[in-house]
Amino acid sequence: MITLTVNGKAHQVEVDPDTPLLYVLRNELALNGAKFGCGLGQCGACTVLLDDKPVFSCLVPVAALGARKVRTLEGLQANGKPGPLPSAFEAEQAAQCGYCIAGMIVRAQALLEKNPRPTEEEVRSHLAPNLCRCGTHMRILRAVRRAAEAMGGGVRDVAEQTP
Amino acid sequence: MSALGRRRFLANALVVSFVLSGRGLAQDKKLPPSLAKTPHLDSWIRVNADGRVTVFTGKAELGQGIRTALTQVAAHELAMPPAGIDLITADTDLTPDEGVTAGSHSMQDSGTAILNAAANVRALLAEAAAWQFAIAADQIVMRDGAAHAPDGRRIGYGDLAAGLSLEVQAEPDMPRREGGTSVIGQNLPRLDIPAKVSGGQAYVQDIRLPGMLHARVVRGPSDGTKVKAADIAAVEKMPGVVKVVREGGFMAVVADQEWRAVKALHRLQAAGWERSAPPIPASDLRETIRRLPAEQVTIFDYPGPPSPADARTIRARYSRPHLMHGSVGPSCAVAQWANGRMTVWTHSQGVYPLRKALAELLRLEPQRVRCIHVEGAGCYGHNGADDVAADAALAARAVPGKPVRLQWMREQEHGWEPLGSAMVVELAAELDAQNRIAGWRHEVWSNTHSTRPTTAGGLLAGGELDPPFATPKPRPIPMPEGGGARNGNPIYALPNARGTFHFVEQMPARVSALRGLGAQMNVFAIESFMDELAAATGADPVAFRLAWLKDERARDVVRTAADRFGWPARRKGGDGVGTGFAFARYKNLATHCAVALEVRVDRDTGEIRVPRVVAAVDSGEAVNPDGIRNQIEGGIVQSLSWTTLEAVGFDKTHRASFDWSAYPILRFPAVPGRVEVHVIDRPGEPFLGAGEAAQGPAAAALGNAVADALGVRLRDMPLSPQRVKAALRPVRAEPHQAAG
Ligand code: FES
Ligand code: FES
Repeated sequence: MITLTVNGKAHQVEVDPDTPLLYVLRNELALNGAKFGCGLGQCGACTVLLDDKPVFSCLVPVAALGARKVRTLEGLQANGKPGPLPSAFEAEQAAQCGYCIAGMIVRAQALLEKNPRPTEEEVRSHLAPNLCRCGTHMRILRAVRRAAEAMGGGVRDVAEQTP
Repeated sequence: MSALGRRRFLANALVVSFVLSGRGLAQDKKLPPSLAKTPHLDSWIRVNADGRVTVFTGKAELGQGIRTALTQVAAHELAMPPAGIDLITADTDLTPDEGVTAGSHSMQDSGTAILNAAANVRALLAEAAAWQFAIAADQIVMRDGAAHAPDGRRIGYGDLAAGLSLEVQAEPDMPRREGGTSVIGQNLPRLDIPAKVSGGQAYVQDIRLPGMLHARVVRGPSDGTKVKAADIAAVEKMPGVVKVVREGGFMAVVADQEWRAVKALHRLQAAGWERSAPPIPASDLRETIRRLPAEQVTIFDYPGPPSPADARTIRARYSRPHLMHGSVGPSCAVAQWANGRMTVWTHSQGVYPLRKALAELLRLEPQRVRCIHVEGAGCYGHNGADDVAADAALAARAVPGKPVRLQWMREQEHGWEPLGSAMVVELAAELDAQNRIAGWRHEVWSNTHSTRPTTAGGLLAGGELDPPFATPKPRPIPMPEGGGARNGNPIYALPNARGTFHFVEQMPARVSALRGLGAQMNVFAIESFMDELAAATGADPVAFRLAWLKDERARDVVRTAADRFGWPARRKGGDGVGTGFAFARYKNLATHCAVALEVRVDRDTGEIRVPRVVAAVDSGEAVNPDGIRNQIEGGIVQSLSWTTLEAVGFDKTHRASFDWSAYPILRFPAVPGRVEVHVIDRPGEPFLGAGEAAQGPAAAALGNAVADALGVRLRDMPLSPQRVKAALRPVRAEPHQAAG
């Protein structure tokens, strides 16, 4: 029996200790947010927060969690309503297939919690581990900007790079 | 309503529909194709007693927003709020058969069918209300899901429908609703997005059924390989393993927990693999395809006088490698074999063709197979969706009663998905003394662009059973849609122009439909070549195009993109900074799309950055303009990824692009700085579907901008840092130099 804390609640699961956290979240705890994309730490679809740091849940054996607390997309709610990032993604219609979106939101959450006023370049490099095949990037960037503003911060700079 | 009243009303409804039939009998009126195939109204629309309306479509939500757009079409024409509509998508037990959801056809096919069916239903409801109110039908106003009489009386659709049979044939060309609130043309927020941003159940990957088992299919690393014999008995003893399913060369492992299935898979794969197909040729596969035996197909022949003897000829050769769909979520299906029936939850683009193929594979009658579409990750064409459905079905049949969820591993998706074919295009044009195009030749070499399964042999598992099902022989898709020839016919009004498609049957790698099919390559070639001709004649690229473009809607799109980009005031290319323009009308019969963009090329690293993209698009009447923008934005970014980075690699034994490290795609730091899409709405014009329109123009605009920035043209995709650097080296060994 392994105990883990997810979105503020303690759970006990009966799985092999080497089972990646991702499979426990999805199959044992029925949380849909984190997705299987590669199982290799290459795409970020499985991103969750471990004590406020974004990690690839596909690479973390559940037995290695220890006392660290897990937060998933489902945990990013404020008083039963979607939190600033999910609402901003909805407002910007920042999804096509949406398979990557949970990972995007969770990784962006980690950034904005640490740095409420990142530059556009910081947002881009922070999100670099996460892949989107639909090409929703521009909307995702707009959604992060909107959420940052809603959280009292903002995203600095324009997107355009200088040579 | 009393029994008597009800009977009288029903009788009246029959009269109503008869009257309507009489009205629509003109011989030249035809139902739109989807409706002609499934003409009964109740196959498309049912009005429930509570006034809610259920709409059925044979098309599937693929993340392109079709659920929202079709709901809008129905709500608009039925004069009711979209929230009152439940849309049922592709399900072989419930919905019409609309083939595959592909080729940007969903709005054209299903949108037009639903529009027409809804107009029919609205007319029937209005006639029923007229009878109840005892007033003329044209005095009735349909609004908010109810019929309103001028004196304020109102009857909801639920009550009206209680006495109305919709088991009647649709009439063609029903007039569209006029006046009132328009739902078409509104940016209705996508109905599927709330679940996707909150962790709701949104994908086939999220299905959890009671007692569900998890499975993995066991294959070699890529198409053309197979695993060696493993110690199956040992694997079956691993904790949680329920069964290793073997049928001929097909193998899957079923376990109680997903991770245990993965561990068993790894153990089975540890036995090693070998190549089972002929070795892969050592040369670049686009060259291989160029040299293989081919069937010549004429793709167009525009008349015109022969070129004058003094005309100068310009030639160029362009190519692209094999490309991957690369869904972010590996293909997945859930299947259950119970009570003599196989139910499969699938993200296949074609539930009916899949049902037929699965029925053959499982040796069942088609009615004993049900395929239900549930969204997966974006597919962009024929990926592993159908194959994994077959894998899941075979695994499920081995554990009767139990639902089985089978997802491919990332390496399996990369290794086994059917690729977009490598292609080569050769173009030649003759310019007369006035610098006018006097002749044009287009030649394109490609494998097939569709091996979508309609039989068991089209599924990976079908080829693994004993005896194997024969793989169907690929055939070229005829024009005007075309496969490898798609968009090979230039939209420009060129004289003396001919095109040939060299259809190469033999496939060195597994291929099928990838977003846009041959259009991305053909448009890249044609639009690069138009720039080369403009340069050869000293003309401005946009002005040169407009000189040969007659279609007014096409011209509007070109001018809009150029204006919004600020084309006339753009800075002169050079020093690694350049601008590029391209245009195409998808298949020359659907959406018009023009793209203008700016690039900055780092001459040391060879990396290309795109600070700004402006696109204009005309896809007919815009049902949801923001949905169109979303599709075009996505298409542009994806096409820039294909064009700057992507190429499937091979060695002699297998596909070497086995994961995202071996097949990189665009990440955030390299996506454009800004993308702006201008939608030109054409109310009343047919819906055209925008899903694939940007792939060609974005690729060509990039190629043109890079040529403008560097003064050197790159004609072989991808325009990778290596190719850019090679092109900038003082002594160039460029294989496909244009000859002036
Ligand atoms: S699934 Fe974990 S990084 Fe891709
Ligand atoms: S929205 Fe489809 S992968 Fe990002």
